[in-house]
Amino acid sequence: MNIGYYPGCALHGSSNDYEQSLKACLGALDVNLKEVSDWICCGATAAHSLNHKLSMALPARNLAMAERDGFKQVFAPCPLCSVQLLKAREAMKNSDVRRELSQVVEAEIKGDAEVLNLIQLLQNIGLDRLKTAVKQPLESITAACYYGCLLLRPPKLVNFDDCEQPSSMESVLAALGAKTVDWNYKTECCGAGMTMASEETVVELAYKILNNASEHGATSVVVTCPMCHLNLDMKQAAVEKRYGKKFNMTVYYLSDLVGLALGLSTQQLGIDRHFVTGR
Amino acid sequence: MVKVSKITNTTSASTPEADILLAQIETLAHTKTANCYQCGKCTAGCPVSEHMELMPNQIVRLLQLGRADKALRSSSIWKCVSCLTCSTRCPQEVDPAALMDALRQLSLEQGIASLEAQPVIAFQKAFLENVRRNGRLHELELIALFKGAVVFGSRQLSFLFKDAMLAPQLMKRKKLHLAQERSEDREVVARIYARCIKTGEK
Repeated sequence: MNIGYYPGCALHGSSNDYEQSLKACLGALDVNLKEVSDWICCGATAAHSLNHKLSMALPARNLAMAERDGFKQVFAPCPLCSVQLLKAREAMKNSDVRRELSQVVEAEIKGDAEVLNLIQLLQNIGLDRLKTAVKQPLESITAACYYGCLLLRPPKLVNFDDCEQPSSMESVLAALGAKTVDWNYKTECCGAGMTMASEETVVELAYKILNNASEHGATSVVVTCPMCHLNLDMKQAAVEKRYGKKFNMTVYYLSDLVGLALGLSTQQLGIDRHFVTGR
Repeated sequence: MVKVSKITNTTSASTPEADILLAQIETLAHTKTANCYQCGKCTAGCPVSEHMELMPNQIVRLLQLGRADKALRSSSIWKCVSCLTCSTRCPQEVDPAALMDALRQLSLEQGIASLEAQPVIAFQKAFLENVRRNGRLHELELIALFKGAVVFGSRQLSFLFKDAMLAPQLMKRKKLHLAQERSEDREVVARIYARCIKTGEK
């Protein structure tokens, strides 16, 4: 299966362990990721905060490039990139908006390419197929599935699971033989892009998430978002220092766990490059 | 806990200017503030409302009262982390998260953004400038632009060295790149920016 791949800036920057994990894991499932030609940044929070038109134009340009490449489906692992692409796609259902954005980005856009996140991609591969491909069931894993904000919101655009009581990630983990816990912070925000601009916000929110996961018996947290990973993994030491509590909580990308179950090593998946590599 | 005290002291200002401003905000945000009946669900679910001088429902109330000027100057609109919990849960389909975006954009365009929010604004501006130049984000350059702007604005040199210890740890994990990854056609990016951002605004 060939699929258009929009990595976004994070996966080519400090979250390049996520890209390594995705390529190893999906490669083992015969999914070839073909990068969208000359993709550009989606504009992220900065664009939608400061300039609405730019926040539509940057993703629209990427959709145009994906269409030019002939992709019917674009896999955007970062939930913020994904939502920005979906917002532009939705806005372009209005033909006036589509014409205007086509002019702004200097490319004719149809806006019909489907945008997928990691869970949807795994669902398309099929959980039954995943189950039969498992070589090493993850019996020792007890994880808290952390969806964060934009994987599920806005529900009108990312409509693949219940936005308040999601369970799709738990279904994937069940197929891998891992245990999951019921907990309260599945869809709470980690502070996202505030990591640098307002560190205290991120540290406080990450504490609440890690603490709740820990209190409910999880020894690891699973994410699909590069910012969630950064805030829970890289910032975990800062959280522990400020709140005087040790978590030693491994934070896995969902693709890490799929890869481990398929028999890949921590080195192949880049798990050894996380900050918390504890237990 | 939903506070209403500050808002009850605010008198309604239904002037033509206020009406035009509200229409501008609602057009940008694609939402109608009149639909809000102040149940406070947005504020109840907001992960950062306890740190806001004006909580999400209060911001919407100010807009309803024609006092968008007050909302535009508030630091609260820059504390919002854009998690969309408010907009997802609103029973009246008001979109407070989109209102926050619209308010941020207009407060910057009008040059009346809160001083307290300067670090967040400096970060967002540095981010966009970085993408305009490179097509893709270059984290080291972003950090340099951001830190430079904050130190220049606050005269706090110590900010330069905050988180400096993270750099070697990121290097060790091959997560920090000195080399710049750029998109090929960067001129088109600059032209897209020019068509979206009004002259004079940066």
